[in-house]
Amino acid sequence: MLDDFMLRAFLAGIAVALAAGPLGCFVLWRRMAYFGDATAHAAILGVALALWFSISVLAGVLFTSLLMALLVSALTRKGHGIDAALGVLSHAALAIGVVAISFLPGVRLDLQAFLFGDILAIAPRDLALIWAGALLVTLLLAWRRQSLLTATVSEDLAFASGLDPRREQLILALTLALVVAISLKLVGALLISAMLIIPAAAARPLARNPESMALAALLIALLAVAGGLGAANWFDTPAGPGIVTAATILFTLTHLRTALRGIRGPKS
Amino acid sequence: MKALVRIEGLTVTLGGREVLRDVSFEIRPGEIVTVIGPNGSGKTTLLRALIGAVRPKAGHIRRAPGLRIGYVPQRLQLDATMPLTVARFLSLPVRHGAREIAAMLARVGIPGLEARQIAELSGGQFQRALLARALLANPRLLILDEPTQALDQPGIAGFYRLIEDIRREIGCAVLMVSHDLHVVMASSDRVICLNTHVCCEGTPAAVLEAPQYRALFGDGTGGLMALYRHHHDHSHDEVTGREGETDAR
Repeated sequence: MLDDFMLRAFLAGIAVALAAGPLGCFVLWRRMAYFGDATAHAAILGVALALWFSISVLAGVLFTSLLMALLVSALTRKGHGIDAALGVLSHAALAIGVVAISFLPGVRLDLQAFLFGDILAIAPRDLALIWAGALLVTLLLAWRRQSLLTATVSEDLAFASGLDPRREQLILALTLALVVAISLKLVGALLISAMLIIPAAAARPLARNPESMALAALLIALLAVAGGLGAANWFDTPAGPGIVTAATILFTLTHLRTALRGIRGPKS
Repeated sequence: MKALVRIEGLTVTLGGREVLRDVSFEIRPGEIVTVIGPNGSGKTTLLRALIGAVRPKAGHIRRAPGLRIGYVPQRLQLDATMPLTVARFLSLPVRHGAREIAAMLARVGIPGLEARQIAELSGGQFQRALLARALLANPRLLILDEPTQALDQPGIAGFYRLIEDIRREIGCAVLMVSHDLHVVMASSDRVICLNTHVCCEGTPAAVLEAPQYRALFGDGTGGLMALYRHHHDHSHDEVTGREGETDAR
């Protein structure tokens, strides 16, 4: 049987999968993995900020993650050779966030819950916000997909068609910050970018078009959520790592055929 | 008729380096204009400024109101993680019907490739798919950046013949960058010789005679006129896009 908190975790997980599946495809296509990491790590800083100023954690996380996403976007625009700057930003946000939380007076906080996710963490009022955020992300991606895809295929093709690829990048930065904010409690800051990338990568061999890959990634993310939360329910495993482990198993399964073909030697 | 695009005193710097300096010219409806010049002379930057991808430091680019541009980039590196069929690619960013796509693929010489993955196309097929996508926008100006890099000699001749035919059919102007001097000379109405600034400009014959052109490309081009005339009456049919081309690099 499912307890109330477990039901809430499942409902939150469905929402997270709905947004992370399609967005993860864009993260993969545009090689934004580092981008996802930095944005997710900034969430811990947001938690610290929220506790300092006694505002909602979701608002604090949304603020710092959005700030980080915009900062990384601006840096990426500057061109190549920014790996060092991104590495510094990404890990500094995480470290400073953890240090800041340790300084908070009178707060006994389960840090592990924010780093790896916690099925107990999702309160009834969180659920509505998580679903609202997830729907916003999914609808935004679906609505803008023609220009997002064009800019992803080639910025110059987008420019020539009268689109501005910088605006599309901004939309992705915004949706990324939203996904980080809604998945923090369930998946944890350290594994959010895995939640984006692994279902999308698992969907790749199954798809022939961007839309079918986004749909497959969504379904795989749903299965991963079911598997991970099931394990949390029955074996008391941590939520985030359980979900990502399930996603990794699915990744292995979908890539098995390709791997076997590689062993047998190339065939048409 | 008025110019489709008028460029006035265009100067572009990239990373502090002056790539284009005081470039001025215009493109009129229906003409084929070719930009030639040595490597690093600013050819690609000029085209990218025209589509709005590069901001000028000085000068103006005036487009005719509502000008539709079809753009064929020099190369396009599609990430291997992105699945994309030819038909889906042709529907970015504007959707087109299946019949329209099929007809356009047939027109550019790669019929029936709708369901093929972009990554599985040969260099020549991909070039034609890019052209098909550009043409679906019903452009009044077609811009091509070294469109024949992945093709061999007969493939190059065939591609330029296709461009000439399409220009005649839909009446669009064509602006292209090319290294294939002898073939290009045959099909262009006007040649612009670029080396950061415009060295010389005019009909192919006039440019070939210009001392600035000879200074840039040397005297080895003396027999060029004879060479391209020879090429021009030499006909290959490479409609399938399979024969007469090398693989993409």
